[in-house]
Amino acid sequence: MAKPEKSRTKPTARPARTSALAKGKKPAPAASRKPAPAKAPAKKAAPRPVAAKPAAAKRPVAKNLAATKAPATKPLAKKSVARPAVPARPAPAPKPATPTARPASPVKKVAPKAAPKVAPKAAPKAAPAAKAPALKVVEKVVEKVVERVVEKVVERVREPSPIPQHPLTYERPAKFEVVNHSRHKLDGLALVTGAPKFTADVDLPGLLHIKVLGSPHAHAKILDIDPSEAIKIPGVVAVYTWKDVPRIARTTAGQGYPEPSPYDTFLLDSKVRFVGDRVAIVAAETPEAAAEACRRIRVNYHVLEPVLDPAQARRPGAPIIHDEPDCRAPLPIFFDPKHNHCAHVDTKVGDVEKGFREADVVRERTYYPHYAQHCPIEPHVCVSYLDENDRLVLRTSTQVPFHARRITAQTLGIPLRKIRVIKPRIGGGFGTKQEVLLEDVCALVTLRTRRPAKWELTRAEEFISARTRHPMIVTIKAGVKKDGTMTALSMKITSNTGAYGSHALTVVSNCGSKVLPLYKIGHIEFVGDTVYTNLPVAGAYRGYGATQAAYAVECMVDELAEAIGMDPITFRQKNHIREGETSPIFKALGEGREGVSMVIKSCGLAQCIEKGMQEIGWAAKRGRGRLAAGPVKRGVGMCCLMQGSSIPEIDMGSVFIKMNEDGSFNMLLGATDLGTGSDTILAQIAAETLGCQHDDMLVYSSDTDFTPFDVGAYASSTTYLSGGAVINAAKQVRAQILAVAASMMNEPVENLVIENRIVYGKGRKNKLTFSQICNFALYEFHQFQIGAIGSHVTHASPPPFSAHFAEVEVDTETGQVKVLKYVAGVDCGTAINPQLADGQTQGGLLNGISFALTEEYHFDDKGRMLNPNFKHYKIFGTADLPEIKTFLVPTYEPTGPYGAKSVSEICINGPMPAIANAIYDAVGVRLTKPPFTAEKVLAALKEAGKRGR
Amino acid sequence: MKLTLTINGKLRSIEIAPNVMLLDVLRAAGYKGVKKGCGEGSCGACAVLIDGRPRNSCLTFAAQCEGSEVLTVEGLGTPENPHPLQDAFVRHGATQCGYCNPGSLIAAKSLLDHTPAPTWEDVKEALDGNLCRCTGYVKRIEAVLDAASLGKK
Ligand code: FES
Ligand code: FES
Repeated sequence: MAKPEKSRTKPTARPARTSALAKGKKPAPAASRKPAPAKAPAKKAAPRPVAAKPAAAKRPVAKNLAATKAPATKPLAKKSVARPAVPARPAPAPKPATPTARPASPVKKVAPKAAPKVAPKAAPKAAPAAKAPALKVVEKVVEKVVERVVEKVVERVREPSPIPQHPLTYERPAKFEVVNHSRHKLDGLALVTGAPKFTADVDLPGLLHIKVLGSPHAHAKILDIDPSEAIKIPGVVAVYTWKDVPRIARTTAGQGYPEPSPYDTFLLDSKVRFVGDRVAIVAAETPEAAAEACRRIRVNYHVLEPVLDPAQARRPGAPIIHDEPDCRAPLPIFFDPKHNHCAHVDTKVGDVEKGFREADVVRERTYYPHYAQHCPIEPHVCVSYLDENDRLVLRTSTQVPFHARRITAQTLGIPLRKIRVIKPRIGGGFGTKQEVLLEDVCALVTLRTRRPAKWELTRAEEFISARTRHPMIVTIKAGVKKDGTMTALSMKITSNTGAYGSHALTVVSNCGSKVLPLYKIGHIEFVGDTVYTNLPVAGAYRGYGATQAAYAVECMVDELAEAIGMDPITFRQKNHIREGETSPIFKALGEGREGVSMVIKSCGLAQCIEKGMQEIGWAAKRGRGRLAAGPVKRGVGMCCLMQGSSIPEIDMGSVFIKMNEDGSFNMLLGATDLGTGSDTILAQIAAETLGCQHDDMLVYSSDTDFTPFDVGAYASSTTYLSGGAVINAAKQVRAQILAVAASMMNEPVENLVIENRIVYGKGRKNKLTFSQICNFALYEFHQFQIGAIGSHVTHASPPPFSAHFAEVEVDTETGQVKVLKYVAGVDCGTAINPQLADGQTQGGLLNGISFALTEEYHFDDKGRMLNPNFKHYKIFGTADLPEIKTFLVPTYEPTGPYGAKSVSEICINGPMPAIANAIYDAVGVRLTKPPFTAEKVLAALKEAGKRGR
Repeated sequence: MKLTLTINGKLRSIEIAPNVMLLDVLRAAGYKGVKKGCGEGSCGACAVLIDGRPRNSCLTFAAQCEGSEVLTVEGLGTPENPHPLQDAFVRHGATQCGYCNPGSLIAAKSLLDHTPAPTWEDVKEALDGNLCRCTGYVKRIEAVLDAASLGKK
């Protein structure tokens, strides 16, 4: 086993980024910044060769495979071995500013030839090579670098950005030509005709099938592991155990770097921490041979006591799940694995105790939002191969291609430059594909065997070993005055991250930051603690903490309103945040650091409430349904929601646009369309800016070799963040087009207007098509490529707002809850594509309804999930669909591209509280343990003595 | 063994192992529109028409299909000449990630074959086996009803 870290790829020296980094809420207590050079246990004995093929069998002892460590011993792709020990330490990021320099000004003169060097010769130079023998030195250097970065982080130096910043507000055009119209999805026809656009839709000769043996135990040490029988199975090409792979701590969370999630996960380890955890990797000619090999691997486990109750995880004497010395947090944030305490965040506004004293009524209740899985219909899948230049290609179903490249390089200790990640069409993600779960294994197999390989999760694996929603214990206490003033609110959360701390801190922070600003509350206390358990691993899931916290807060708000005898809508109308207002929470809670303060510049919540009330028939129905005769009662309930749009001053998106002779444009997007339609709406934004149609944009997303960087599809950021980058690039391209046209027409640029791919001169006497202009620029005079790259970092995260209404029927004899009608109004600013925005809303809320009513993980007492399939984990189908009515409330968010905010996440948060509140209206019981299945509702009714009639 | 069947109107003869599923045979034969979402008969992504009836190809042994006529989404229409259902799916925004579409389109086609003028409830019933996690189904049902109404004209 190697000492951790020595080969971590380390993009250093990015001043803007480092400066933006954490001021941890709590300094890490002796935090494991510096990995204790793990004294490798049991690593001298040569593990047996594991490959079946003669060639591979000759492979010498599996020493640590980190290319840095043992170049001679481990043929992890010859090329990489020969590489310098320090994996690519990129020089400072190439200035994306190059094309910005292109002036739009020279009217008579076509822009100088040299200027538009659009694609900077990007490949960052590697740091001077250090050869393997000089390893010690390298380690020192890397450690120094790490320290320097961390120091900077701590100092939180704010340096001015070296790149030109473009305007942070966007004017509303007099009229939208392309934006705000429901254009058809660019990839729509291809998708509905079954074009082979998904990850697994390629045929590769010699493809190996990967299967990973999952742990049968929730918590165990692997005392011995013997793959010798497995290798003998015909068709089995390789078996890898923890002894054969590099040991480099990292996180699977695809987040900004360094990540606010702990480095507690290994490619393979000698310890397993949940049922389904990786034990060994098999690659074989057929899936059947791989499966059979998994059954033949002999593993001797020392079973440890598991931690299955998050409430007990931190108790003294609890078994320690991460007792390995080399786990650590890459940022100076709280991390205390010795007590299964993965993350902590807290903040205070004012003095809650004082607030409670000022209140006329104080209520307290604990809510238990539950485990759930994203259930993308396409499970995780990754295909890997070596291209003709011997570089590793990962074609993978990911939301985060650039993070996937970085984390794969990090995990295997290979240079980042060796990897190309291609994101084809994705069959849904919802957050679970914001994790790098397959790429490292595929990379390992392909680099070692030099053959293409595929790993596709089964549906059961998707449930058990992909990612889940963090289940939480949310205790909320709130005080209110008789007039409806909210004096104080305290929310204390225990979040269960399962066996690994993916998104451990940020999800729990979001419980506060995306929920608490919604209401004006005098005094606030927020404490979030994330614990490890030996249960399935949680991660990012649409809603991202806001789902769990909104449930608790919105139920509590109803309870407070009832306590003072006020209609819950009136109560919310009195208290919710409005345009021109702010909340101290924005600043107090960020992602692994302080947040960004912000004034609300657009808020259509009042209209969402108003219109939704009418639609559900609130006035006529509220409080009436429970009076009905017979065992079946009806009720209506509602809730209000907010989310964010992007992670301000952390995440970055960029895009490259170039013009073609026929007046079309290639638009190379780092942003990752995972089925949301972001390719289409970003094309609409570009077309609006350029003066053409959205299908003039030939969109390609995303590919780490060909598209510029983007953090990926998460945090409700693509429209707001990457849309800003698109405007930035498109504006430059537009200026270039006008400059060329001006010179061709011999008119000043100010005279020119663009209308639907045609540039007109003064009085419309002169006109040139885009095609003519591009041909001139490419072939005729002062030739250059019209094109530009645009980047964008956001400086706010304006919340979209939403109001949800549910009408339910509760059978008091059976406990059965049926949603009769569901109404949701959303303010997402300008809907770039109203139909797609509406689709996001409907999809999100149906997932939310399903989550609230039927989706549930069942475990046995050993931590095994009992229902990892669609038969027993029930997600809604069409037959379950209630009447759904959704509408958009247009506002204009000045900081968003053409006034847009986010829309993708917010609506999943509504159903749980809206339905719970409706159930209360119907039968007078408050449900705190979702999903609201018949059994649970019946039990609650019995307890309250309200069963039957 | 040799399997002879008609796929999307073309007679094909394919060498198969006796225990393979139709899903895998179709995909290997190039019909990548047939998707795998669960492999256990509960998501409908792999649906195809076998002799006019919708079947989950992941649960159908290929060997059972000797002499059958199989229709996959590729046989429904092409980007240049899409089936009215395909066209309606795009117009109504019933495709987000699109992974469920091949199966749901096949189920919808089967519905319209037998019930040319379905009600909202008919569509809900007929497409219940084709899970979609993206759209929330409303637009899908609207699309099917729209395609049906166009078909009547
Ligand atoms: S793959 Fe056949 S039903 Fe799911
Ligand atoms: S569109 Fe993604 S699963 Fe239906």
